[in-house]
Amino acid sequence: MVNIKSLVFSYGANNFRLEIPSLSIQSQEKIAIIGPSGSGKTSLLKLISGILLPQQGHISINKISVNLLPDASRRDFRITNIGFIFQDFELLDYLDALDNILHPYRISTSLKLTNETRDRANALAHELGIQNKLKQLSNTLSQGEQQRTAICRALLPKPKLILADEPTGNLDPSNKTKILEALFRCSDKNNATLIAVTHDHELLNHFDRVINFKDYCLPETDND
Amino acid sequence: MTDSLYLAWRYIRFNRIKTITLITCISLITFLPFALKSLLAASEQQLMSRAFTTPLLVGAKGNSLDLVMNSLYFSKETPDFINMKATDKIANSNLAQPIPLYIRFHAKDYPIVGTSIDYFAFRKLQLASGRHFALLGECVIGADVAYLLQLKIGDSILSSPENLFDLAGTYPLKMTITGILENTNSADDKAIFVDLKTAWVIQGLGHGHQDIKTIKDPTAILNRSQNAVTTSEKIRQYSEINKNNLESFHFHGDPSIYPLTAIIAAPFDSKSATLLRGRFLSKNSNLQIVRPKEVIEELLANIFKIKNFFDAIVLIVAIAMILAVLLVFSLSLRLRQKEINTIFHLGCSRGTIAQLIAAEIFIIALFSGLLCWLALVILSHFQEEIVYKLFIS
Repeated sequence: MVNIKSLVFSYGANNFRLEIPSLSIQSQEKIAIIGPSGSGKTSLLKLISGILLPQQGHISINKISVNLLPDASRRDFRITNIGFIFQDFELLDYLDALDNILHPYRISTSLKLTNETRDRANALAHELGIQNKLKQLSNTLSQGEQQRTAICRALLPKPKLILADEPTGNLDPSNKTKILEALFRCSDKNNATLIAVTHDHELLNHFDRVINFKDYCLPETDND
Repeated sequence: MTDSLYLAWRYIRFNRIKTITLITCISLITFLPFALKSLLAASEQQLMSRAFTTPLLVGAKGNSLDLVMNSLYFSKETPDFINMKATDKIANSNLAQPIPLYIRFHAKDYPIVGTSIDYFAFRKLQLASGRHFALLGECVIGADVAYLLQLKIGDSILSSPENLFDLAGTYPLKMTITGILENTNSADDKAIFVDLKTAWVIQGLGHGHQDIKTIKDPTAILNRSQNAVTTSEKIRQYSEINKNNLESFHFHGDPSIYPLTAIIAAPFDSKSATLLRGRFLSKNSNLQIVRPKEVIEELLANIFKIKNFFDAIVLIVAIAMILAVLLVFSLSLRLRQKEINTIFHLGCSRGTIAQLIAAEIFIIALFSGLLCWLALVILSHFQEEIVYKLFIS
């Protein structure tokens, strides 16, 4: 599913350098990435999704070299194939929860917003327990509700690859497992691969594999 | 595009105070030149239409603009007075029909136009109800006066004293309304028409009082001789003319020197007009004859000079406004960098971002346009009133 070879990425100004000689993730695999703060976990997710581009190396998803795609194609590939759950949710204040969930469909010509999509958005919201919050502006939602909204947005286009940056970071312990299970259930339903960055070591046994990032990176400053 | 419009609409609704401020600014700056153009066009139309239908005007030598504005639009600025001899001069020339005007007094801020019955035919004024004035103290009112003061036939209206502190000045006269004119969208709608003699009664040149021959009260009669009677202030002067006291009204002095403000001269043909103008060219005469059209054209030329100056100012303000709006948009884009990054992170293209911003600009421009249009509609409703207040009264 995801293949990384000889990846080198650095932030020039901060002397941050990430090196991954080789990393392979199988289809439908559930991977947890752990590591100290600033080790480049978030950067890796952004590199896989094509938000960041490596200086050297090769990233492919389903044999498509993401980093070699032209800008427009890379964005198009991302919005249709990758569901990204951002660490700070990246919801738009002026939209309600439902519009945030449907947002990718409104900004991409590759995704068609239909009644079926709306029904699916409602079902997802129900599954994640925010069905009563859909008409609320995102800035009036609690942190946990915002996180669930961000998860719904990432899952709605049925992506084959889900990248989650601290998906349970803002949840109370009882909700953490619940959300993670929902995330697993949704990715299983879509036969999707899940790569999640997490600091919650008690959740690691839910994942198929754990990658410890201290084996890959050469951080000199705090970036995450 | 509909999705972009939807997202733009949500953004605008969320930031409604900022958007309303922006829309108001854009609307105002768009409204100004259109409003000015509209007002000037209306003023030109109003001023010229009346000037065109008034071929010649005779008045006292002096400011011809005051003469025209007072005679045609009943402005408060009264020109120097002439007298009834001028009317006779025009009538005796057999070159034009004279229509005397005495526009000096007011009732509830509406001008009282002292004239002859010929005025109505000359201006093609039709009665909506009632009849023309026939007796002393009767008046015919314009459509706006009737509407705004809620007056009907049989009601009365009191003339206003010229000066509240002048005890020797004119006293109010209660005038009976006998007719209401049809609306003409002209200065006639805002006027009260009386016979010249009624205007002179308002001035005090004519008056009515108790019959001094039959008064027995010795304190009312100071002196009685064969030729004259001297009375005290105890004699009751009438402030209303009715059938009971009409007979007692009389005028003192020589009526041929009674005052007028102007005379409309309606020449029988263009040759008569030329001849008549020639008769008033004498340097020794204290009269002037003017063609209102020429006077108004001169006035409009001045107004349009001012308009050009206004246009230049509006242009400068508009440029400043456009720059300010551009600045607001660029600052707004900076403030929205996080939001734009989110949209990019999700996988949106630059074209879609541009489309989103274009949609916002479109909505703001649309609402500004609508607000400007609404303001212009409201302006057009009050245009006549504004033009009258700005350029005429």
